Amino acid sequence: MADRLTAARTPVGHRPGRYVLRTVVTAYLFFLVAWPLYLVGRNAFAGGSASFQDILTDPDVTHALQLTVVIAVVAVVINTVFGVGISILLVRYDFPGKRALNALLDMPLSVSPIVVGLALILVYGGRDGWFGPSLEAAGFQIIFAVPGMVMATVFVALPLVVREVVPVLQEVGDEQEQAARSLGANAWQTFRRITLPSIKWGVVYGVVLSLARSLGEFGAVKVVSGNVLGDTRTATLVVEEKYLNFDKGGAYATAFLLALVAVACIIVVSVLRPKEER
Amino acid sequence: MTTTTLVPDLPAGNRRPVRAGRPLTRVSGLGLGVAMVWFSLLVLIPLAAVVVTASEGGWDGFWRTVTNEQTAATIRLTVGTALLVTLVNIVMGTLIAWVLVRDRFFGKRALEVLIDVPFALPTIVAGLVLLSLYGPDSPLGVNIANTRIAVFLAFLFVTLPFIVRTVQPVLAELDQEAEEAAASLGASRFSTFRRIILPSLTPAIAAGAALSFARAVGEYGSLVLLSGNLPMRTEVASVRILSSIENDNPDSAAAVAVVLLAISLAVIVVLDVLQRRVMRRG
Repeated sequence: MADRLTAARTPVGHRPGRYVLRTVVTAYLFFLVAWPLYLVGRNAFAGGSASFQDILTDPDVTHALQLTVVIAVVAVVINTVFGVGISILLVRYDFPGKRALNALLDMPLSVSPIVVGLALILVYGGRDGWFGPSLEAAGFQIIFAVPGMVMATVFVALPLVVREVVPVLQEVGDEQEQAARSLGANAWQTFRRITLPSIKWGVVYGVVLSLARSLGEFGAVKVVSGNVLGDTRTATLVVEEKYLNFDKGGAYATAFLLALVAVACIIVVSVLRPKEER
Repeated sequence: MTTTTLVPDLPAGNRRPVRAGRPLTRVSGLGLGVAMVWFSLLVLIPLAAVVVTASEGGWDGFWRTVTNEQTAATIRLTVGTALLVTLVNIVMGTLIAWVLVRDRFFGKRALEVLIDVPFALPTIVAGLVLLSLYGPDSPLGVNIANTRIAVFLAFLFVTLPFIVRTVQPVLAELDQEAEEAAASLGASRFSTFRRIILPSLTPAIAAGAALSFARAVGEYGSLVLLSGNLPMRTEVASVRILSSIENDNPDSAAAVAVVLLAISLAVIVVLDVLQRRVMRRG
């Protein structure tokens, strides 16, 4: 097996084309991603660490950062529970409408974030939404408040856990689960002792990807938040506001923090992933 | 070697067909019920509200809104640029996937990470990132801010991972013996690619292209700082919807949103059909 692989990998004949392709791809990624990304880092540190001191001592910015983390963590927890549950249902059970549900779960990935925001306002808006006025009468404000921002964030990151867990569940099969059940384990024991350990890495990737997506959501949150300073403003909204108000240092510094977290998430996933595939 | 298994006692390469699931038990039925209520409250009812709101003005009202001169211009720009970007992605995405799978060189791991950056980077930061190289302070001396090229570039950036990530696994599992056989029978490298490799990659490329098109059509965040959102010139559909919301005109916002939703739905149908075809073949 290994011999055949190495044989296949060694070049057949002389291939100057390989260097051309390698150069084209590297140059493309350099100009589209690497260099621009590097410049944001450089601009953020253009005035030493002054920009960072400015934003980290600004109570509005620190509040926005805290709010971003809280919303992202809540959204990730909701999406993880929902994602693992729905993945098990989709893979292990039969029910009518399964194919439609499977297809609809991908919907949030291809819906514009602005449409997500609009859709939530039309239903939960306090003034003339479908449910909004009665919810507000009962004391629950959703739009222009944190619950709406959590919902928008959950919406946009919804499929990520499902997409990671479903293939893993299909791959491991259900023989061990059946064995556990026939030995008298109940549903919860089977899930905790057998299913969860075998899908562990799928869940971890899903969580990391959802976290990156949730921390960085901008459009949908902008529509439903009302963007109130020191109240419902998140980190991505701070970047926009600072840039438009000619505080480029603050915008680049906040953007740098967000980019750092995003890149860290990708690196975590890419370091973990080969371990499983070996 | 073609399958990745997590359970050690499963022989590799022996991927069993996924068995039809069990009927629902009481606990799993309850779970499905809860999940469906949540999914409906979060996704289905709100999206239905968009369609209902758009249809309240009747077909005439809907048609008048989406054919309004400024709105029609945003839809044309969005769909046209998204198509163009998807074409570029089909070529570049396949090429990148090819190099990542078939080539080995120092720094390839770094390229792998770069591919995923646009997916994880907040879109507003993506706009700022592009602005720093192609904006007014560009070290290259090019300034494309507030032009249609900015829209193209922003779409290109945010859709980078889709085709690469759908084509890569298919290419990695491709059996190279057929290629070697073709080559030994005297096929040129180009005709080997066209006759042997490309047909197996087509469903994956199409699926990636559909995702990339849908993502571009709905893009908003990366354009805020980059394109200037000039009406009739660089304004895209999402920006148009947002300004309708802000002007307290949800009906026309919903009408344009329905056009975008129809595109998303079409993409989902295409993907579903393609996935079924890939699974039948595999």
